[in-house]
Amino acid sequence: MMVPDLAEGRRPYRATQPAAAEVNAKLSVQNLDAWYGATHVVKKVSMAIPARQITAVIGPSGCGKSTFVRCLNRMHECIPGARMDGRVLLDGVDIYAGDIDPVLVRRRVGMVFQKPNPFPMMSIRDNVLAGLTLTGVRPRGGEADALVERALRGAALWDEVKDSLGKRGVSLSGGQQQRLCIARALAVEPEVLLMDEPCSALDPIATTRIEDLMHSLRETYTIVIVTHNMQQAARVSQKTAFFYTGDLIEFSDTDTIFTSPRNKRTEDYITGKFG
Amino acid sequence: MGGETTGRGRLDVADMRRRVGAHARERVIELLLTACGVVSIVTTVAILGVLVFETASFFAEVSLAEFLLDTRWTPLFVDKHFGIWPLVAGTVLTSAIAIGVALPFGLLAAIYLSEFATPRARSLLKPALEVLAGVPTIVYGYFALVVLTPLLQRFIPDLAGFNALSPGIIMGIMIMPMICSLSEDAIFAVPESMREGAYALGAGKLQTVFRVVLPTAFSGIAASVILAISRAVGETMIVAIAAGQQPNLTANPRESVETMTTYMVQIGLGDTPTGTIEYKTLFVVGASLFVMTFAINLLSQRLSRRFREGR
Repeated sequence: MMVPDLAEGRRPYRATQPAAAEVNAKLSVQNLDAWYGATHVVKKVSMAIPARQITAVIGPSGCGKSTFVRCLNRMHECIPGARMDGRVLLDGVDIYAGDIDPVLVRRRVGMVFQKPNPFPMMSIRDNVLAGLTLTGVRPRGGEADALVERALRGAALWDEVKDSLGKRGVSLSGGQQQRLCIARALAVEPEVLLMDEPCSALDPIATTRIEDLMHSLRETYTIVIVTHNMQQAARVSQKTAFFYTGDLIEFSDTDTIFTSPRNKRTEDYITGKFG
Repeated sequence: MGGETTGRGRLDVADMRRRVGAHARERVIELLLTACGVVSIVTTVAILGVLVFETASFFAEVSLAEFLLDTRWTPLFVDKHFGIWPLVAGTVLTSAIAIGVALPFGLLAAIYLSEFATPRARSLLKPALEVLAGVPTIVYGYFALVVLTPLLQRFIPDLAGFNALSPGIIMGIMIMPMICSLSEDAIFAVPESMREGAYALGAGKLQTVFRVVLPTAFSGIAASVILAISRAVGETMIVAIAAGQQPNLTANPRESVETMTTYMVQIGLGDTPTGTIEYKTLFVVGASLFVMTFAINLLSQRLSRRFREGR
Protein backbone atom coordinates (compact mmCIF):
# COMPACT_ATOMS: atom_id res chain seq x y z
CA MET A 1 0.00 0.00 0.00
CA MET A 2 2.59 2.52 -1.11
CA VAL A 3 1.66 5.85 -2.48
CA PRO A 4 4.04 7.57 -4.89
CA ASP A 5 6.03 10.32 -3.30
CA LEU A 6 4.16 13.52 -3.65
CA ALA A 7 6.25 16.61 -3.69
CA GLU A 8 3.50 18.38 -1.89
CA GLY A 9 2.37 17.29 1.54
CA ARG A 10 5.38 15.22 2.48
CA ARG A 11 5.47 16.84 5.85
CA PRO A 12 2.97 15.39 8.25
CA TYR A 13 0.41 17.81 9.50
CA ARG A 14 0.98 19.29 12.94
CA ALA A 15 -1.52 21.14 15.00
CA THR A 16 -0.57 24.65 13.98
CA GLN A 17 -1.41 26.57 17.11
CA PRO A 18 -1.29 24.07 19.91
CA ALA A 19 -1.92 26.58 22.66
CA ALA A 20 -5.10 27.94 21.14
CA ALA A 21 -6.35 24.54 20.03
CA GLU A 22 -5.96 23.01 23.47
CA VAL A 23 -8.09 25.48 25.36
CA ASN A 24 -11.20 23.40 24.84
CA ALA A 25 -9.41 20.07 24.59
CA LYS A 26 -10.67 17.07 26.55
CA LEU A 27 -7.75 14.99 25.39
CA SER A 28 -4.54 16.56 24.27
CA VAL A 29 -2.04 14.34 22.52
CA GLN A 30 1.54 15.52 22.37
CA ASN A 31 4.27 13.92 20.26
CA LEU A 32 2.79 10.46 20.55
CA ASP A 33 4.84 7.58 19.18
CA ALA A 34 3.78 3.95 19.40
CA TRP A 35 5.48 0.72 18.44
CA TYR A 36 4.69 -2.96 18.22
CA GLY A 37 8.06 -4.59 18.71
CA ALA A 38 10.26 -2.86 16.15
CA THR A 39 7.37 -1.58 14.02
CA HIS A 40 6.76 2.12 14.42
CA VAL A 41 2.99 2.41 13.96
CA VAL A 42 2.18 5.89 15.25
CA LYS A 43 4.68 8.67 14.55
CA LYS A 44 4.95 11.91 16.49
CA VAL A 45 1.25 12.60 16.51
CA SER A 46 -0.02 15.73 18.22
CA MET A 47 -3.65 16.72 18.26
CA ALA A 48 -6.27 18.18 20.57
CA ILE A 49 -9.55 16.30 20.83
CA PRO A 50 -12.36 18.69 21.71
CA ALA A 51 -14.82 17.97 24.50
CA ARG A 52 -18.39 16.89 23.72
CA GLN A 53 -17.79 16.43 20.05
CA ILE A 54 -17.31 13.44 17.85
CA THR A 55 -13.86 13.12 16.41
CA ALA A 56 -13.46 10.63 13.60
CA VAL A 57 -10.15 8.97 12.84
CA ILE A 58 -9.92 7.76 9.26
CA GLY A 59 -7.24 6.24 7.08
CA PRO A 60 -6.38 3.06 5.19
CA SER A 61 -5.80 -0.25 6.99
CA GLY A 62 -2.57 -0.37 8.92
CA CYS A 63 -2.24 3.41 9.19
CA GLY A 64 -2.07 3.28 12.97
CA LYS A 65 -5.53 4.67 13.72
CA SER A 66 -6.58 1.81 16.01
CA THR A 67 -3.25 1.91 17.82
CA PHE A 68 -3.65 5.65 18.21
CA VAL A 69 -6.98 5.39 20.03
CA ARG A 70 -5.70 2.47 22.11
CA CYS A 71 -3.04 4.85 23.41
CA LEU A 72 -5.77 7.20 24.64
CA ASN A 73 -6.91 4.84 27.42
CA ARG A 74 -3.69 2.90 27.91
CA MET A 75 -5.01 -0.23 26.23
CA HIS A 76 -2.04 -0.24 23.87
CA GLU A 77 0.26 -1.43 26.61
CA CYS A 78 -1.86 -4.55 27.20
CA ILE A 79 -0.33 -6.14 24.12
CA PRO A 80 3.02 -7.86 24.66
CA GLY A 81 5.81 -6.00 22.89
CA ALA A 82 3.82 -2.78 22.62
CA ARG A 83 5.53 0.47 23.58
CA MET A 84 4.75 4.18 23.40
CA ASP A 85 6.32 7.54 23.97
CA GLY A 86 4.87 11.02 24.33
CA ARG A 87 2.12 12.56 26.40
CA VAL A 88 -1.63 12.23 26.49
CA LEU A 89 -3.36 14.80 28.68
CA LEU A 90 -6.86 14.10 29.95
CA ASP A 91 -8.22 17.41 31.29
CA GLY A 92 -4.63 18.56 31.51
CA VAL A 93 -3.32 15.54 33.43
CA ASP A 94 -0.82 13.24 31.74
CA ILE A 95 -2.34 9.75 31.84
CA TYR A 96 1.12 8.28 31.33
CA ALA A 97 2.64 9.99 34.36
CA GLY A 98 4.31 7.60 36.79
CA ASP A 99 1.72 7.92 39.55
CA ILE A 100 -1.29 7.30 37.32
CA ASP A 101 -3.12 3.96 37.59
CA PRO A 102 -4.05 2.76 34.08
CA VAL A 103 -7.07 0.96 35.52
CA LEU A 104 -8.52 4.30 36.72
CA VAL A 105 -7.75 5.93 33.38
CA ARG A 106 -9.86 3.27 31.66
CA ARG A 107 -12.80 4.04 33.91
CA ARG A 108 -12.74 7.64 32.68
CA VAL A 109 -12.00 6.73 29.08
CA GLY A 110 -14.26 3.86 28.02
CA MET A 111 -13.89 1.80 24.91
CA VAL A 112 -16.06 -0.10 22.45
CA PHE A 113 -14.40 -2.62 20.18
CA GLN A 114 -14.68 -3.64 16.57
CA LYS A 115 -16.34 -6.97 17.31
CA PRO A 116 -19.07 -6.94 19.94
CA ASN A 117 -17.60 -8.73 22.96
CA PRO A 118 -20.25 -9.21 25.64
CA PHE A 119 -19.10 -11.63 28.33
CA PRO A 120 -20.58 -14.98 27.32
CA MET A 121 -21.30 -16.35 30.79
CA MET A 122 -23.18 -13.25 31.92
CA SER A 123 -26.79 -12.19 31.49
CA ILE A 124 -27.66 -8.91 29.77
CA ARG A 125 -28.05 -7.28 33.17
CA ASP A 126 -24.75 -8.66 34.48
CA ASN A 127 -23.01 -7.52 31.33
CA VAL A 128 -24.19 -3.97 31.91
CA LEU A 129 -23.06 -4.14 35.53
CA ALA A 130 -19.77 -5.85 34.66
CA GLY A 131 -17.76 -2.66 34.85
CA LEU A 132 -18.85 -2.27 38.46
CA THR A 133 -18.72 -5.87 39.63
CA LEU A 134 -15.35 -6.39 37.98
CA THR A 135 -13.93 -3.50 39.92
CA GLY A 136 -15.27 -4.75 43.21
CA VAL A 137 -18.28 -2.43 43.47
CA ARG A 138 -21.47 -4.20 44.47
CA PRO A 139 -24.40 -1.93 43.68
CA ARG A 140 -27.52 -2.50 45.78
CA GLY A 141 -30.60 -4.01 44.17
CA GLY A 142 -32.53 -0.82 43.49
CA GLU A 143 -29.48 1.20 42.53
CA ALA A 144 -28.37 -1.56 40.21
CA ASP A 145 -31.77 -1.71 38.53
CA ALA A 146 -31.74 2.03 37.96
CA LEU A 147 -28.22 1.92 36.61
CA VAL A 148 -29.01 -0.95 34.26
CA GLU A 149 -32.03 0.88 32.92
CA ARG A 150 -30.16 4.15 32.54
CA ALA A 151 -27.25 2.54 30.71
CA LEU A 152 -29.47 0.48 28.43
CA ARG A 153 -31.64 3.52 27.65
CA GLY A 154 -28.46 5.47 26.98
CA ALA A 155 -27.45 2.81 24.49
CA ALA A 156 -30.95 2.73 22.92
CA LEU A 157 -31.38 -0.91 23.83
CA TRP A 158 -33.74 -0.75 26.80
CA ASP A 159 -37.02 -1.21 24.91
CA GLU A 160 -35.72 -4.31 23.15
CA VAL A 161 -34.38 -6.13 26.20
CA LYS A 162 -36.28 -4.82 29.23
CA ASP A 163 -38.27 -8.06 29.50
CA SER A 164 -35.31 -10.38 29.07
CA LEU A 165 -32.58 -8.92 31.23
CA GLY A 166 -31.80 -12.38 32.57
CA LYS A 167 -31.03 -13.79 29.13
CA ARG A 168 -27.44 -14.17 28.12
CA GLY A 169 -25.88 -11.19 26.42
CA VAL A 170 -24.61 -13.37 23.60
CA SER A 171 -28.13 -14.41 22.69
CA LEU A 172 -28.75 -10.96 21.20
CA SER A 173 -28.18 -10.04 17.55
CA GLY A 174 -24.86 -8.53 16.53
CA GLY A 175 -26.15 -4.97 16.54
CA GLN A 176 -27.84 -5.44 19.89
CA GLN A 177 -24.67 -6.97 21.28
CA GLN A 178 -22.72 -3.93 20.19
CA ARG A 179 -25.25 -1.62 21.85
CA LEU A 180 -25.00 -3.82 24.95
CA CYS A 181 -21.25 -3.22 24.89
CA ILE A 182 -21.90 0.50 24.62
CA ALA A 183 -24.31 0.26 27.57
CA ARG A 184 -21.64 -1.64 29.49
CA ALA A 185 -19.15 1.12 28.77
CA LEU A 186 -21.67 3.85 29.72
CA ALA A 187 -22.51 2.16 33.04
CA VAL A 188 -19.01 2.96 34.28
CA GLU A 189 -19.86 6.62 33.61
CA PRO A 190 -16.79 7.55 31.59
CA GLU A 191 -16.14 11.02 30.19
CA VAL A 192 -14.64 9.87 26.94
CA LEU A 193 -15.83 7.02 24.74
CA LEU A 194 -13.41 5.49 22.27
CA MET A 195 -15.02 3.46 19.51
CA ASP A 196 -12.76 1.31 17.39
CA GLU A 197 -14.69 0.61 14.17
CA PRO A 198 -17.84 -0.13 16.17
CA CYS A 199 -19.95 -0.84 13.09
CA SER A 200 -17.58 -2.86 10.95
CA ALA A 201 -19.18 -6.15 12.00
CA LEU A 202 -22.76 -4.86 11.67
CA ASP A 203 -25.35 -4.66 8.93
CA PRO A 204 -26.52 -1.27 7.58
CA ILE A 205 -29.63 -1.07 9.77
CA ALA A 206 -27.69 -1.83 12.96
CA THR A 207 -25.08 0.67 11.79
CA THR A 208 -27.69 3.40 11.41
CA ARG A 209 -28.93 2.76 14.94
CA ILE A 210 -25.42 3.04 16.38
CA GLU A 211 -24.86 6.26 14.44
CA ASP A 212 -28.13 7.72 15.72
CA LEU A 213 -27.06 6.69 19.18
CA MET A 214 -23.74 8.48 18.78
CA HIS A 215 -25.55 11.70 17.97
CA SER A 216 -27.44 11.55 21.26
CA LEU A 217 -24.35 10.50 23.24
CA ARG A 218 -22.43 13.46 21.93
CA GLU A 219 -24.20 15.82 24.32
CA THR A 220 -22.70 14.04 27.31
CA TYR A 221 -19.53 12.39 26.12
CA THR A 222 -16.43 13.15 24.17
CA ILE A 223 -16.34 10.52 21.45
CA VAL A 224 -13.46 9.34 19.30
CA ILE A 225 -14.48 6.93 16.57
CA VAL A 226 -12.13 5.01 14.32
CA THR A 227 -13.77 4.16 11.05
CA HIS A 228 -12.97 2.66 7.70
CA ASN A 229 -16.06 4.17 6.29
CA MET A 230 -15.64 7.74 5.11
CA GLN A 231 -19.36 8.31 4.71
CA GLN A 232 -19.75 7.35 8.34
CA ALA A 233 -17.07 9.82 9.37
CA ALA A 234 -18.80 12.52 7.36
CA ARG A 235 -22.20 11.67 8.84
CA VAL A 236 -21.35 11.47 12.52
CA SER A 237 -18.31 13.58 13.28
CA GLN A 238 -17.52 17.23 13.79
CA LYS A 239 -13.76 16.77 13.56
CA THR A 240 -11.84 14.36 11.37
CA ALA A 241 -8.26 13.20 11.57
CA PHE A 242 -6.67 11.50 8.59
CA PHE A 243 -3.87 9.05 9.37
CA TYR A 244 -1.52 7.61 6.82
CA THR A 245 1.35 5.17 7.56
CA GLY A 246 1.42 6.29 11.17
CA ASP A 247 1.50 10.01 10.46
CA LEU A 248 -1.33 12.37 11.24
CA ILE A 249 -1.69 13.93 7.80
CA GLU A 250 -4.53 16.31 8.44
CA PHE A 251 -6.82 17.16 11.32
CA SER A 252 -9.58 19.65 10.92
CA ASP A 253 -13.32 20.23 10.92
CA THR A 254 -15.06 17.36 9.18
CA ASP A 255 -16.64 19.75 6.66
CA THR A 256 -13.25 21.13 5.74
CA ILE A 257 -11.68 17.69 5.38
CA PHE A 258 -14.41 16.46 3.09
CA THR A 259 -14.90 19.60 1.03
CA SER A 260 -11.54 21.33 0.84
CA PRO A 261 -8.74 19.19 2.27
CA ARG A 262 -5.45 21.01 2.46
CA ASN A 263 -3.33 17.97 1.83
CA LYS A 264 -3.13 16.16 -1.50
CA ARG A 265 -3.08 12.72 0.17
CA THR A 266 -6.17 13.48 2.22
CA GLU A 267 -7.92 14.46 -0.96
CA ASP A 268 -6.75 11.33 -2.76
CA TYR A 269 -7.95 9.14 0.06
CA ILE A 270 -11.35 10.79 0.39
CA THR A 271 -11.95 10.73 -3.31
CA GLY A 272 -11.09 7.04 -3.34
CA LYS A 273 -7.88 7.22 -5.33
CA PHE A 274 -6.30 4.80 -2.82
CA GLY A 275 -7.15 3.08 0.41
CA MET B 1 -3.14 -28.02 -12.80
CA GLY B 2 -4.56 -31.07 -14.56
CA GLY B 3 -5.04 -29.11 -17.78
CA GLU B 4 -1.30 -28.59 -18.14
CA THR B 5 -0.77 -32.16 -19.26
CA THR B 6 -2.38 -31.44 -22.62
CA GLY B 7 0.20 -28.79 -23.26
CA ARG B 8 -2.42 -26.70 -24.98
CA GLY B 9 -3.58 -24.82 -21.94
CA ARG B 10 -7.12 -25.99 -22.53
CA LEU B 11 -8.93 -29.09 -21.29
CA ASP B 12 -9.63 -31.83 -23.75
CA VAL B 13 -12.80 -33.86 -23.41
CA ALA B 14 -10.63 -36.94 -22.92
CA ASP B 15 -8.92 -35.29 -19.96
CA MET B 16 -12.18 -34.74 -18.21
CA ARG B 17 -12.96 -38.43 -18.21
CA ARG B 18 -12.17 -40.05 -14.91
CA ARG B 19 -9.03 -42.14 -15.12
CA VAL B 20 -9.88 -45.75 -14.28
CA GLY B 21 -6.84 -46.44 -12.09
CA ALA B 22 -7.29 -43.35 -9.97
CA HIS B 23 -10.87 -44.23 -9.25
CA ALA B 24 -10.04 -47.75 -8.08
CA ARG B 25 -7.25 -46.44 -5.85
CA GLU B 26 -9.59 -43.98 -4.22
CA ARG B 27 -12.06 -46.76 -3.53
CA VAL B 28 -9.35 -48.87 -1.87
CA ILE B 29 -8.21 -46.00 0.33
CA GLU B 30 -11.80 -45.24 1.27
CA LEU B 31 -12.40 -48.86 2.22
CA LEU B 32 -9.21 -48.96 4.29
CA LEU B 33 -10.21 -45.84 6.19
CA THR B 34 -13.70 -47.22 6.79
CA ALA B 35 -12.18 -50.47 8.06
CA CYS B 36 -10.03 -48.54 10.54
CA GLY B 37 -13.13 -46.77 11.81
CA VAL B 38 -15.05 -50.01 12.08
CA VAL B 39 -12.29 -51.66 14.16
CA SER B 40 -12.95 -49.33 17.08
CA ILE B 41 -16.68 -49.96 16.94
CA VAL B 42 -16.23 -53.75 16.71
CA THR B 43 -13.81 -53.73 19.66
CA THR B 44 -16.18 -51.72 21.81
CA VAL B 45 -19.11 -53.94 20.93
CA ALA B 46 -17.07 -57.09 21.60
CA ILE B 47 -15.94 -55.85 25.01
CA LEU B 48 -19.47 -54.86 25.87
CA GLY B 49 -20.75 -58.23 24.68
CA VAL B 50 -18.35 -60.20 26.90
CA LEU B 51 -19.10 -57.94 29.87
CA VAL B 52 -22.85 -58.25 29.45
CA PHE B 53 -22.71 -62.02 28.90
CA GLU B 54 -20.56 -62.80 31.94
CA THR B 55 -22.38 -60.26 34.09
CA ALA B 56 -25.68 -61.90 33.19
CA SER B 57 -24.40 -65.30 34.22
CA PHE B 58 -23.17 -63.77 37.49
CA PHE B 59 -26.62 -62.44 38.22
CA ALA B 60 -28.06 -65.89 37.47
CA GLU B 61 -26.33 -67.02 40.67
CA VAL B 62 -26.37 -63.87 42.81
CA SER B 63 -29.39 -61.62 43.05
CA LEU B 64 -29.15 -57.96 42.09
CA ALA B 65 -30.56 -57.11 45.51
CA GLU B 66 -27.66 -58.82 47.27
CA PHE B 67 -25.19 -57.11 44.93
CA LEU B 68 -26.60 -53.69 45.72
CA LEU B 69 -27.68 -54.10 49.34
CA ASP B 70 -25.04 -56.27 51.04
CA THR B 71 -22.27 -54.27 52.68
CA ARG B 72 -19.60 -56.95 52.48
CA TRP B 73 -17.54 -58.12 49.53
CA THR B 74 -15.97 -61.51 50.28
CA PRO B 75 -16.23 -63.71 47.15
CA LEU B 76 -12.92 -65.43 47.95
CA PHE B 77 -13.91 -66.47 51.47
CA VAL B 78 -15.92 -69.48 52.51
CA ASP B 79 -18.66 -67.17 53.77
CA LYS B 80 -19.29 -65.44 50.44
CA HIS B 81 -20.83 -61.97 50.25
CA PHE B 82 -21.30 -60.03 47.04
CA GLY B 83 -22.04 -56.44 48.05
CA ILE B 84 -20.30 -54.07 45.60
CA TRP B 85 -20.24 -51.00 47.85
CA PRO B 86 -16.96 -51.67 49.71
CA LEU B 87 -15.14 -51.70 46.36
CA VAL B 88 -17.03 -48.62 45.14
CA ALA B 89 -16.17 -46.86 48.39
CA GLY B 90 -12.49 -47.65 47.91
CA THR B 91 -12.57 -46.32 44.37
CA VAL B 92 -14.53 -43.19 45.25
CA LEU B 93 -12.37 -42.44 48.28
CA THR B 94 -9.01 -42.70 46.50
CA SER B 95 -10.35 -40.81 43.47
CA ALA B 96 -11.80 -38.05 45.64
CA ILE B 97 -8.46 -37.57 47.39
CA ALA B 98 -6.74 -37.51 44.00
CA ILE B 99 -9.09 -34.84 42.63
CA GLY B 100 -8.78 -32.89 45.88
CA VAL B 101 -5.04 -32.70 45.23
CA ALA B 102 -5.06 -32.38 41.45
CA LEU B 103 -7.84 -29.83 40.95
CA PRO B 104 -6.48 -26.88 42.94
CA PHE B 105 -2.87 -27.42 41.93
CA GLY B 106 -3.64 -28.26 38.31
CA LEU B 107 -6.04 -25.38 37.80
CA LEU B 108 -3.86 -22.81 39.52
CA ALA B 109 -0.86 -24.03 37.54
CA ALA B 110 -2.91 -23.67 34.36
CA ILE B 111 -3.91 -20.12 35.29
CA TYR B 112 -0.33 -19.26 36.11
CA LEU B 113 1.03 -20.76 32.90
CA SER B 114 -1.49 -19.15 30.59
CA GLU B 115 -1.97 -15.74 32.20
CA PHE B 116 1.01 -14.88 34.35
CA ALA B 117 4.10 -16.90 33.46
CA THR B 118 6.88 -15.29 31.45
CA PRO B 119 7.76 -17.20 28.27
CA ARG B 120 10.93 -18.38 30.02
CA ALA B 121 9.12 -19.76 33.07
CA ARG B 122 6.64 -21.42 30.75
CA SER B 123 9.34 -23.09 28.72
CA LEU B 124 10.77 -24.60 31.92
CA LEU B 125 7.52 -25.59 33.62
CA LYS B 126 5.61 -27.15 30.75
CA PRO B 127 8.18 -29.88 30.03
CA ALA B 128 8.52 -30.56 33.76
CA LEU B 129 4.77 -31.13 33.98
CA GLU B 130 4.87 -33.40 30.98
CA VAL B 131 7.57 -35.50 32.62
CA LEU B 132 5.23 -35.88 35.58
CA ALA B 133 2.59 -37.24 33.24
CA GLY B 134 5.07 -39.67 31.74
CA VAL B 135 6.16 -41.42 34.96
CA PRO B 136 5.03 -45.08 34.83
CA THR B 137 2.26 -45.75 37.33
CA ILE B 138 4.17 -48.63 38.90
CA VAL B 139 6.87 -46.16 39.90
CA TYR B 140 4.22 -43.91 41.40
CA GLY B 141 2.75 -46.91 43.22
CA TYR B 142 5.98 -47.88 44.93
CA PHE B 143 6.72 -44.24 45.62
CA ALA B 144 3.42 -44.07 47.51
CA LEU B 145 4.12 -47.30 49.39
CA VAL B 146 7.77 -46.90 50.38
CA VAL B 147 8.24 -43.11 50.47
CA LEU B 148 5.00 -41.24 51.02
CA THR B 149 3.28 -43.62 53.44
CA PRO B 150 6.25 -43.76 55.91
CA LEU B 151 6.57 -39.99 55.60
CA LEU B 152 2.88 -39.44 56.33
CA GLN B 153 3.02 -41.89 59.24
CA ARG B 154 5.32 -39.48 61.05
CA PHE B 155 2.50 -36.93 61.11
CA ILE B 156 -0.46 -39.30 61.24
CA PRO B 157 0.54 -42.03 63.68
CA ASP B 158 -2.51 -44.24 63.12
CA LEU B 159 -2.06 -44.33 59.35
CA ALA B 160 -2.12 -47.95 58.21
CA GLY B 161 0.75 -49.33 56.11
CA PHE B 162 -1.73 -49.76 53.28
CA ASN B 163 -4.11 -46.80 53.21
CA ALA B 164 -6.28 -44.72 50.88
CA LEU B 165 -4.55 -41.42 51.60
CA SER B 166 -1.10 -42.02 50.23
CA PRO B 167 -2.06 -43.55 46.85
CA GLY B 168 -4.83 -40.93 46.60
CA ILE B 169 -2.31 -38.10 46.88
CA ILE B 170 0.06 -39.76 44.44
CA MET B 171 -2.77 -40.34 41.98
CA GLY B 172 -3.56 -36.64 42.33
CA ILE B 173 0.00 -35.80 41.34
CA MET B 174 -0.32 -38.18 38.41
CA ILE B 175 -3.51 -36.60 37.02
CA MET B 176 -2.51 -33.01 37.82
CA PRO B 177 -0.68 -32.52 34.49
CA MET B 178 -3.79 -33.67 32.68
CA ILE B 179 -6.02 -31.13 34.43
CA CYS B 180 -3.36 -28.49 33.99
CA SER B 181 -2.78 -28.94 30.30
CA LEU B 182 -6.45 -29.38 29.34
CA SER B 183 -7.50 -26.41 31.46
CA GLU B 184 -4.71 -24.36 30.01
CA ASP B 185 -6.00 -25.14 26.53
CA ALA B 186 -9.47 -24.04 27.62
CA ILE B 187 -8.14 -20.81 29.15
CA PHE B 188 -5.98 -20.16 26.11
CA ALA B 189 -9.03 -20.57 23.88
CA VAL B 190 -10.81 -17.66 25.59
CA PRO B 191 -10.70 -14.89 22.97
CA GLU B 192 -8.40 -11.97 23.68
CA SER B 193 -11.42 -9.71 23.13
CA MET B 194 -12.88 -10.93 26.45
CA ARG B 195 -9.78 -9.82 28.34
CA GLU B 196 -9.68 -6.52 26.46
CA GLY B 197 -13.35 -5.95 27.21
CA ALA B 198 -12.66 -6.38 30.91
CA TYR B 199 -9.55 -4.19 30.88
CA ALA B 200 -11.41 -1.46 29.01
CA LEU B 201 -13.98 -1.39 31.82
CA GLY B 202 -11.23 -0.70 34.32
CA ALA B 203 -10.83 -4.23 35.65
CA GLY B 204 -7.46 -5.32 36.98
CA LYS B 205 -5.59 -8.43 35.97
CA LEU B 206 -6.83 -10.67 38.78
CA GLN B 207 -10.46 -9.63 38.35
CA THR B 208 -10.18 -10.19 34.62
CA VAL B 209 -8.75 -13.67 35.10
CA PHE B 210 -11.12 -14.83 37.82
CA ARG B 211 -14.34 -13.08 36.83
CA VAL B 212 -14.15 -13.17 33.05
CA VAL B 213 -11.56 -15.62 31.73
CA LEU B 214 -12.24 -18.54 34.07
CA PRO B 215 -16.04 -18.44 33.77
CA THR B 216 -15.71 -18.29 30.00
CA ALA B 217 -13.41 -21.30 30.04
CA PHE B 218 -15.65 -23.16 32.48
CA SER B 219 -16.85 -25.87 30.13
CA GLY B 220 -13.33 -26.78 29.11
CA ILE B 221 -12.13 -26.81 32.68
CA ALA B 222 -15.07 -28.94 33.80
CA ALA B 223 -14.40 -31.37 30.97
CA SER B 224 -10.76 -31.65 32.01
CA VAL B 225 -11.72 -32.37 35.60
CA ILE B 226 -14.23 -35.01 34.61
CA LEU B 227 -11.75 -36.68 32.32
CA ALA B 228 -9.29 -36.67 35.20
CA ILE B 229 -11.91 -38.25 37.47
CA SER B 230 -12.48 -41.11 35.08
CA ARG B 231 -8.72 -41.55 34.81
CA ALA B 232 -8.48 -41.76 38.61
CA VAL B 233 -11.41 -44.16 38.84
CA GLY B 234 -9.78 -46.45 36.31
CA GLU B 235 -6.25 -46.18 37.71
CA THR B 236 -5.00 -49.57 38.86
CA MET B 237 -1.34 -49.93 39.67
CA ILE B 238 -0.92 -47.19 42.26
CA VAL B 239 -3.88 -48.30 44.35
CA ALA B 240 -3.13 -52.00 43.89
CA ILE B 241 0.34 -51.45 45.35
CA ALA B 242 -0.29 -48.89 48.06
CA ALA B 243 -3.95 -49.02 49.09
CA GLY B 244 -4.18 -52.65 50.11
CA GLN B 245 -6.54 -55.47 49.21
CA GLN B 246 -9.14 -55.27 51.95
CA PRO B 247 -12.64 -54.45 50.76
CA ASN B 248 -13.64 -51.88 53.34
CA LEU B 249 -16.81 -49.82 53.39
CA THR B 250 -15.26 -46.70 54.88
CA ALA B 251 -14.66 -43.03 54.26
CA ASN B 252 -11.60 -43.00 56.48
CA PRO B 253 -8.51 -42.31 54.36
CA ARG B 254 -6.19 -43.73 57.03
CA GLU B 255 -7.54 -47.25 56.59
CA SER B 256 -6.69 -49.83 53.99
CA VAL B 257 -9.20 -50.04 51.14
CA GLU B 258 -9.60 -52.07 47.99
CA THR B 259 -10.67 -50.40 44.77
CA MET B 260 -12.61 -52.06 41.99
CA THR B 261 -9.53 -52.13 39.80
CA THR B 262 -7.40 -53.67 42.57
CA TYR B 263 -9.93 -56.42 43.03
CA MET B 264 -9.78 -57.21 39.34
CA VAL B 265 -5.99 -57.44 39.49
CA GLN B 266 -6.28 -59.71 42.49
CA ILE B 267 -8.60 -62.11 40.66
CA GLY B 268 -6.68 -61.82 37.41
CA LEU B 269 -3.40 -62.74 39.10
CA GLY B 270 -4.84 -65.48 41.28
CA ASP B 271 -5.58 -69.07 40.26
CA THR B 272 -9.33 -68.65 39.99
CA PRO B 273 -10.72 -71.34 37.65
CA THR B 274 -12.72 -70.20 34.65
CA GLY B 275 -16.47 -70.42 35.01
CA THR B 276 -16.62 -70.26 38.81
CA ILE B 277 -18.52 -67.53 40.61
CA GLU B 278 -15.22 -65.94 41.68
CA TYR B 279 -14.24 -65.74 38.03
CA LYS B 280 -17.55 -64.13 37.14
CA THR B 281 -17.10 -61.42 39.78
CA LEU B 282 -14.23 -60.17 37.65
CA PHE B 283 -16.71 -59.26 34.94
CA VAL B 284 -19.40 -57.86 37.15
CA VAL B 285 -16.87 -55.53 38.78
CA GLY B 286 -15.55 -54.64 35.32
CA ALA B 287 -19.07 -53.88 34.16
CA SER B 288 -19.70 -51.69 37.23
CA LEU B 289 -16.49 -49.81 36.54
CA PHE B 290 -17.55 -49.38 32.94
CA VAL B 291 -20.94 -48.01 34.00
CA MET B 292 -19.24 -45.53 36.33
CA THR B 293 -16.77 -44.13 33.81
CA PHE B 294 -19.43 -44.13 31.11
CA ALA B 295 -21.75 -42.10 33.34
CA ILE B 296 -18.93 -39.68 34.10
CA ASN B 297 -18.12 -39.22 30.43
CA LEU B 298 -21.80 -38.67 29.61
CA LEU B 299 -21.95 -36.02 32.30
CA SER B 300 -18.90 -34.35 30.84
CA GLN B 301 -20.48 -34.22 27.39
CA ARG B 302 -23.71 -32.84 28.79
CA LEU B 303 -21.82 -30.17 30.69
CA SER B 304 -19.71 -29.00 27.81
CA ARG B 305 -22.69 -29.00 25.45
CA ARG B 306 -24.72 -26.93 27.85
CA PHE B 307 -22.00 -24.35 28.17
CA ARG B 308 -21.29 -24.26 24.48
CA GLU B 309 -24.95 -23.47 23.84
CA GLY B 310 -24.55 -20.55 26.20
CA ARG B 311 -22.00 -18.90 23.97
